[in-house]
Amino acid sequence: MARPLLLDLALTHILGRKRQTIVSVIGVAMGVGFFIAMAALMQGFQGYFVDTVINASPHITVRDQFREPAVQPVAAAFRGGAVLLHGLKPRDEIRGIRKAGTIVSALSEWPGLSVAPSLDGPVILRYGSADKSAVAIGIVPEREVRVTQLEDDMVEGHLTDLASAANGIVMGLGLANKLGAKMGDSLNAISPAGVILRVKVVGLFRTGIVSLDEGQAYILLKKAQILQSRANVINQIRIRLTEVDAAREVAARIEALYGYRTESWQEANEGVFGVFRIQNAIMYSTVGAIMIVAAFGIYNIISTVVYEKSRDIAILKSIGLTEADIRRTFLMQGLMIGMIGAVLGWIIGFGLTSLLASIRFDVGGMVRNDRFFLAWSLSHYWAGGLFSLVASAVAAWIPARRAAGANPVDIIRGAA
Amino acid sequence: MTAAVVEARGIGRVLPGPVPVTLVEGIDLSIGEGEFVAITGPSGSGKSSLLYLLGLLDRPTSGTVILEGRDTAEADAAELAALRLSKLGFVFQFHFLLPEFTVLGNVMIPMRKLGGSPEAELRTRAQALLDDLGLGDQAAKLPSQLSGGQRQRVAIARALANRPRVILADEPTGNLDTKSAQTVFDIFARLARETGTTVITVTHDEGLAAQTSRRVNLVDGRLVTRSSIDAPLTAK
Repeated sequence: MARPLLLDLALTHILGRKRQTIVSVIGVAMGVGFFIAMAALMQGFQGYFVDTVINASPHITVRDQFREPAVQPVAAAFRGGAVLLHGLKPRDEIRGIRKAGTIVSALSEWPGLSVAPSLDGPVILRYGSADKSAVAIGIVPEREVRVTQLEDDMVEGHLTDLASAANGIVMGLGLANKLGAKMGDSLNAISPAGVILRVKVVGLFRTGIVSLDEGQAYILLKKAQILQSRANVINQIRIRLTEVDAAREVAARIEALYGYRTESWQEANEGVFGVFRIQNAIMYSTVGAIMIVAAFGIYNIISTVVYEKSRDIAILKSIGLTEADIRRTFLMQGLMIGMIGAVLGWIIGFGLTSLLASIRFDVGGMVRNDRFFLAWSLSHYWAGGLFSLVASAVAAWIPARRAAGANPVDIIRGAA
Repeated sequence: MTAAVVEARGIGRVLPGPVPVTLVEGIDLSIGEGEFVAITGPSGSGKSSLLYLLGLLDRPTSGTVILEGRDTAEADAAELAALRLSKLGFVFQFHFLLPEFTVLGNVMIPMRKLGGSPEAELRTRAQALLDDLGLGDQAAKLPSQLSGGQRQRVAIARALANRPRVILADEPTGNLDTKSAQTVFDIFARLARETGTTVITVTHDEGLAAQTSRRVNLVDGRLVTRSSIDAPLTAK
């Protein structure tokens, strides 16, 4: 009974409309609950994807390309001059990273970098009547294991088996399934250069990223050079960092130094991250919409109470309660609904997340897996709670202000 | 005459609008301690408006109200609220008790707002007030369980909660039967006599008005003397 007067008043008001209060609380709770579950789902998936990308592919790739087309000698000679070339045909450069060996050994000296050279090129894999195009990446296995965690994703065999077999190939499980090839099977690899190489499956990997599992195969660097008829050519330098987040910076430094196009994992997956941003935007607007509906519920109940209790407000003001007292009384009601809703929402959110975690399915797409990846983060709960408090405070503020500003004389005259 | 507790200096109240309506104008009035004043006059003459102005519930558009020597013209809304809380008590035609609070709870509301004493002490004081008004055994009931006369007495107890200097009553007997109305007026008379509380009440009941110590008559928002009201009536 030692409750403060305003709290006492606020409680009688919302307890006087139990059903409406419960509906409002449920509205807020739904909003918070869905926010928590969706945030866990989205962040879980995105986090998993990033982890997989970071683990399965190099953090930085130096390619045998340039961002800018080569400057033509005439343009260089007359810099800023009105030079127009017709029928320009760029010189056929021999593709590949020049002095790749030097670059590889120079980069190996940098702290925190593991470096591996590779040559990738398109091949068609033929097994029986099945033809599949893939990217064949020529690697040096003992260096490659330091650059990607492909070895961890091996379902059968090892990367080092490439060296032990005559013409070994390691391919994604998805690719093997499409070809109908199994471990130990021999198949033909045909390159655009017209070279046909008979290769034997010595390993299968499964990263979970469909584009890799269905489109990549690894062979020895030497064999790749033969297959593509590009002796001693390296067209990719693959780099792994100890500091994953520094990739953008390091890539820029390498590119500035050697001129070759150097992609960080962030840049290589720009498209996917763009999709993530859109995903997040959709999630936040959906949850925002739920919260707005919940806020309208709060606004509605408090408006009703203000209307219903206008006589009480008038008498309280005549007794000597200030406008601020009245405003606080109604604001408190909104915040109470918001707080109870938030706590209930935490429970709903936790329940939904647990439910999602228990679901098993098989869906392909960007990533193939059999369950939802969920991020359990306390920050979702805080964010949801804060969101509901702000929404309920704003929703309560409007009618609370109206109640505080009401003129008691008008109400008393009207009632008498 | 004793020192003025409430003093009106040339107060007027005009409702703004396309056609401004004058509720009261040019009222000079001085009411002393322990006076029991009836404001009378025909309907629409501005009785209630004057009461609300004297009770700092409404602000005059001209002139000023002086409460216990303090000019309230410059006071802001919060200061007026504080004055109402500690110095004034209102009783309206309708009891305006909060339906969810018990009789005792209603009486305690102004006390709790003013604060300064422990809850138990407030409770004792509220109970004493109810005892004094013959409602001691009704304290735990809800207002809806009381009769109209009892409710109005609870409203008076609430108005008295913070020992105000002035009780302002707006047709307090308007909804009551004759017997209950007489009880209310007896309480007012006793308050004025025994505790020196100033009581200002609006009424249109001539019989009750006659029991007060002073009458203030309003016609069309202006103060008039008794004779000037009676004159046209007798001429008729």
